Amino acid sequence: MEGGVVLLDFWASMFGMRVRIALAEKEIKYEYREQDLRNKSDLLLQMNPVHKKIPVLIHNGKPICESLVQVQYIDEVWHDKAPLLPADPYKRATARFWADFVDKKMYDSGSKIWKTKGEEQEAAKKEFIENLKLLEGELGDNLYFGGEGFGYVDVALVPFYCWFYAYEQCGGFSIEAECPKLIAWVKRCMQKESVAKSLADPEKVYEFVLHLKKAYGIE
Amino acid sequence: MAVVKLLGTWLSPYSCKVIWALKLKGIPYEYIEEDLSNKSPMLLQYNPVHKKIPVLVHDGKPICESTVILRYIEETWPQNPLLPIDPYERAVALFWIKYADDKNPLIPKLYRTTGEELEQAAKECSEILETIEEHGLIEGKKFFGGDEINMVDISFCLVAHWLGVFEEIAGLKVFEPHKFPKLNSWAQNFKSVPVIKENLPDADKIFAVLKHRRETLLAPKPN
Repeated sequence: MEGGVVLLDFWASMFGMRVRIALAEKEIKYEYREQDLRNKSDLLLQMNPVHKKIPVLIHNGKPICESLVQVQYIDEVWHDKAPLLPADPYKRATARFWADFVDKKMYDSGSKIWKTKGEEQEAAKKEFIENLKLLEGELGDNLYFGGEGFGYVDVALVPFYCWFYAYEQCGGFSIEAECPKLIAWVKRCMQKESVAKSLADPEKVYEFVLHLKKAYGIE
Repeated sequence: MAVVKLLGTWLSPYSCKVIWALKLKGIPYEYIEEDLSNKSPMLLQYNPVHKKIPVLVHDGKPICESTVILRYIEETWPQNPLLPIDPYERAVALFWIKYADDKNPLIPKLYRTTGEELEQAAKECSEILETIEEHGLIEGKKFFGGDEINMVDISFCLVAHWLGVFEEIAGLKVFEPHKFPKLNSWAQNFKSVPVIKENLPDADKIFAVLKHRRETLLAPKPN
């Protein structure tokens, strides 16, 4: 028995969703605790004093922070079920490289789409699509980034899908039109229960983005 | 023909990280110095996504991004481990490695900026040092992981060595030993490790190159 697992999270966070998917893939029972990010709990501040951010995974009372670190930890501790990283070191390096690419590129370019307008927004849309096309190239003809099976890079990237509708509405463009292969991959992932039940409703995310835009004073 | 090749540049901390990992594990390699103002076809072929060094090539297959490279080295050559074995300890180490990776690009702003931008860069740098001092280092431990250096120490090499050069160029001090005693001790310990000491690019040489780079950056642009 591996001991109690608690996840401090926020419903719309793509980073939190990565952890939810990993936990679901491994069929780990855990307690989900929704956090109010405008009024951070003592527990959150105590468990992540450096960043004060979600998600925080707490296992046997000890905190693990940073979503990809959490996913790797889950993969290591619950290694007997649904492995997310491949066994081969070179394939692992490739998976880590692309997960790192998702981390470095997706959040920032996506955020700029709903936070800006005019030329800045056009540049953000262009960058976002370029990044998705690079990812499409890496996917190639494989079913998943992990090859035959759903894996680490799939977990790292697929949560961003529930924010696509918001980006499209704010940016006035269609991601599927630009990256059909990627959307086909998304649909394949959404067939998995672990993914479908972990991702937020895109309509609700869009409502949330509109609310944020108002709060930040963005048109 | 060398089985392991490293494409790097002599003054890059990211390049040095890989050299140290290879040497700590006793792995022979061929080093290729890259001219970043004139990137080789080999570099562009091996790292088409970022076009950056370092790139490790093992049996003809490239691995890019210094932390990804370090983890690959760790898994392929497990002798002299650079990460804890216990999954929780490893998760803590990986947290700090990510912290270092996220914050390292901010530190060179010290030599690349002036005025308000420099003030902001100095403030950010100070906050980074405060965080490591308060949360990352444990009183009495020689290194982040205990008595031996590991990947976390290697990841913070900019703070231990390059930061001093940036401060000299900028003419201001952020890393004051009395303000950050644990970090200061750690930096001395880190630079004393033989593999590090013998493979640290000369501070004066780095100074000369970066000072020139700063002058070029800040030179008034023709209208």
